[in-house]
Amino acid sequence: MITKRIIPCLDIRDGRVVKGVNFEGVRDVEDPVALARLYNTSGADELVFYDITASVEGRSLFTDVLVRTAKEVFIPLTVGGSINTVEDFDRVLKCGADKVSVNTGALKDPTLLERAALKYGAQCVVLSMDVKRVNGKFHVFQKGGREDTGRDALEWAAYGEEHGAGELVVNSIDTDGVRNGFDVELLSAICDVVSLPVIASGGAGNMQHFAELFKKVPKVDAGLAASIFHFREVAVKDLKEYLREQGIEVRL
Amino acid sequence: MLAVIDYGVGNLFSLSCALEALGVNFCITDDQNKLIKADRIILPGVGAFGDAIRQFRASGLEAPLAKAASQGKPILGICVGMQLLFEAGYEFGEHEGLGFIKGSIHSLRDDIPPELKIPHIGWNSLKIQKPDDPIFRYIKQNDYAYYVHSFYAKGCEKSVLACSQYGVEIPGVVKNKNVYGTQFHPEKSGEVGQGILKAFCEL
Repeated sequence: MITKRIIPCLDIRDGRVVKGVNFEGVRDVEDPVALARLYNTSGADELVFYDITASVEGRSLFTDVLVRTAKEVFIPLTVGGSINTVEDFDRVLKCGADKVSVNTGALKDPTLLERAALKYGAQCVVLSMDVKRVNGKFHVFQKGGREDTGRDALEWAAYGEEHGAGELVVNSIDTDGVRNGFDVELLSAICDVVSLPVIASGGAGNMQHFAELFKKVPKVDAGLAASIFHFREVAVKDLKEYLREQGIEVRL
Repeated sequence: MLAVIDYGVGNLFSLSCALEALGVNFCITDDQNKLIKADRIILPGVGAFGDAIRQFRASGLEAPLAKAASQGKPILGICVGMQLLFEAGYEFGEHEGLGFIKGSIHSLRDDIPPELKIPHIGWNSLKIQKPDDPIFRYIKQNDYAYYVHSFYAKGCEKSVLACSQYGVEIPGVVKNKNVYGTQFHPEKSGEVGQGILKAFCEL
């Protein structure tokens, strides 16, 4: 049976984990490679590295982190953050990324999805979207969720599917950081319009939220979270054991 | 020396990292002579069957690979590399494959229920049908492997060593004599994948 995937996300700035916290057995709390290793051992199905670096020097530190991770963690690695051109795809794919996630870059130039898919295959093109309710409609936001594009999220998801995206990450701005559960309403609506794999993001506060997500929106393929794993509130392994008890297929 | 064939299809970075971690002596090559000298060969691949087989044939490596296969050298095709080992592929038309394994490659969409998504992407459990095969030395029944594909092998019942369930039984590991193939990506399948690669290098 195919399993539901659990995907921790690491925010990285200048090659270091943002707000590193103490994990048992991890000496350098800001070392992304150490954290990736830990998540891998505890059963993460994939990892997302989100690059929030602003400088050119930081970029090379980031790719160095990628290379070092790829050399010892043999699960799919997705890279996101500041992906605006096919050259950006090239830069991270050469350093160990298996998939590349585009967000604002695709909004600025929607042909990027298709051009990247033609060159590298749709399997490594991930369309990531930040969505917020505006007057009862789902709008796509850009620039880290600060700016309303006015685009309808369901139309944008369908556009992505038709134009080369191989997976969709749907991040709900309304539930992100609130820790009150995933945005079931938004995710159901998205899953109804696309047949791409959908990764849910935003709102996970505890293990029950993942079970609720997979039960209420059976078409969702994966749950992504950062802080609950990062701040050790939930261990990936405990989460997967819990999900299995709940009758949800996971890799253990 | 293990030779990983580089015929311009796909990204070989992950595979080389996985092999390096195993401490395997290998080269990534498009050179006929290196292929002839190799004691085992990996044929990787991503993308569409037709493009991949065209590029592979253009590389001039078909004859040395066929020779290695007939000499009994262990060969491992991965993902589309596995698909190329079959007689034919039906992805955007009909394409002739290498014919090392009986069977052909078909669209999953035509055979699985509409509610199942394409591509088949993610971790799926392996039902091992021939547990005594040396390729499974380091893994066990129901271990998980990472798949990303939209086409699969059919008509190869006798060659299937392990399969995964996704609306149909998808051949996950296939074999004809010394020629092996995995539909999943061992280089992305964590310890299970490392176990398969290690066992292949010890064949």
